[in-house]
Amino acid sequence: MKNDIVIKVENLTKRYGEILAVDHISFEVKEGEVFGFLGPNGAGKTSTIRMLTGLSKPTGGNASILGFDINSQILQIKKHIGVVPEISNLYDELSAMDNLIFMAQLYGVPREERLKRAEELLKIFKLYERKDSPFRTFSRGMKRALTIAASLIHNPKILFLDEPTVGLDVVAARSLRNLISNLRHQGITIFLTTHYLEEADLLCDRVAILVKGKILTIDTPLNLKTKTDRKTLEEAFMKITGLEPEILAIEKGR
Amino acid sequence: MWRDNLRGIFYIALKDIKTYYLKPPAISWGIVFPITWILAFYLRNPGDFKELVPGLIAMTILFSTTSAEAVVINFELRLGTLERLLLAPISIGGIFLGKVLGGVIFGFLMTTIVTIISVIVLKLHPSIPYLILIILPSLFLFSSFGALLCVMVKEVFEAQTLLNLPRFLMIFLSGVIYPVSKMPSALQYFAYILPLTYTVAGLKQSFSGNPDRTLFLYAFVLILFLFLFIFPAIKLLSKKFE
Repeated sequence: MKNDIVIKVENLTKRYGEILAVDHISFEVKEGEVFGFLGPNGAGKTSTIRMLTGLSKPTGGNASILGFDINSQILQIKKHIGVVPEISNLYDELSAMDNLIFMAQLYGVPREERLKRAEELLKIFKLYERKDSPFRTFSRGMKRALTIAASLIHNPKILFLDEPTVGLDVVAARSLRNLISNLRHQGITIFLTTHYLEEADLLCDRVAILVKGKILTIDTPLNLKTKTDRKTLEEAFMKITGLEPEILAIEKGR
Repeated sequence: MWRDNLRGIFYIALKDIKTYYLKPPAISWGIVFPITWILAFYLRNPGDFKELVPGLIAMTILFSTTSAEAVVINFELRLGTLERLLLAPISIGGIFLGKVLGGVIFGFLMTTIVTIISVIVLKLHPSIPYLILIILPSLFLFSSFGALLCVMVKEVFEAQTLLNLPRFLMIFLSGVIYPVSKMPSALQYFAYILPLTYTVAGLKQSFSGNPDRTLFLYAFVLILFLFLFIFPAIKLLSKKFE
């Protein structure tokens, strides 16, 4: 991990009508870091990713990625980032290979490198044997893996992963976590949203805890556990978010 | 940046042709429907068939460009694949134009087939440059029209329903079958606010053997209609991502 800042967010805000989904958040992500964005459902994790990746416009504040402004230079940013949305959204009718080639074409991967890169990714993600099968025939775990492969086709510097293991069985989730871990060793900066705290504890260098659109704290998982005097990140999360009494009450009621 | 957009437009169009257009429903709506329709009128009065050719070509342009175009954007919005496109370094306008170009290329193929068969079988002698001058803007215009209707609604079936009203109005009132000049004057005024009227009129001139300058006016009006459809459509599509 280096000390260069690749994502800088200042007072970023998103409002949907009366609802304030993201409330003036600020944070920085360093190059090569795995940064976890944690929070319960509706905390504003996906809204933040959508703004940072150009899928929606901020209501206020600003952010820059690799020095490019998200409001005015979003196309420059898109060339250097890969995004894995919460729902795997490649083309059902296209084969695994055709999906990757199409993505390579969109990102301007040179013609002579497209096939080589697609084959390489299919092998890394253990999908090469199914390269000619349509996306719709894949299991949920395979769809997830191919969506990640598609987001890496142009060798991005930063990878945004929105709830990457949601809905996956234990084996598929474990295999995906290993893949994410390998990406980190390749020097790719990873911005990860999850509500699986064990996953964040395993993968992330630092985490931000987000509740109702606001960041409550940013630190390493170890520091959060130490500061709150809790054994696991999940317990630390409960303490920080104020959900601990609620959980205790539920447990007492059993 | 414009290079990224141009590349995106091209590959989105190619992908759409492969995944949506070269499929039986698009082909049947794009080519079989206009031919069946015109054949029905031919059987009624075989002597006038040459007169129906411009209408047949106009209908092929209308149906081949709009049939799939009116559903693909909403279909992809629903599946999340449109969002996938938006993650790539392409503007919303670029994505929209890619979708429109898919319809244009498919429409061009269908129209070319129908035109060549008509010309050979009926021994017609159209002016090719004038034909292109009318066909090209018409293809872009009706593909944009289909896409505009698509982004105006939320559901795929709503777009198809919304599309059928203007399509059938245009078949009856744009001179495809019955000449606009023979319609009651109130309907004639109405006909001139329908873009297909200018396509049919331009095509008739191209086949007349003696086209005059009004053909350029028709082409100009078609381009005006194109802008009238394309800008609001891009604006509406952008709103879906706000």
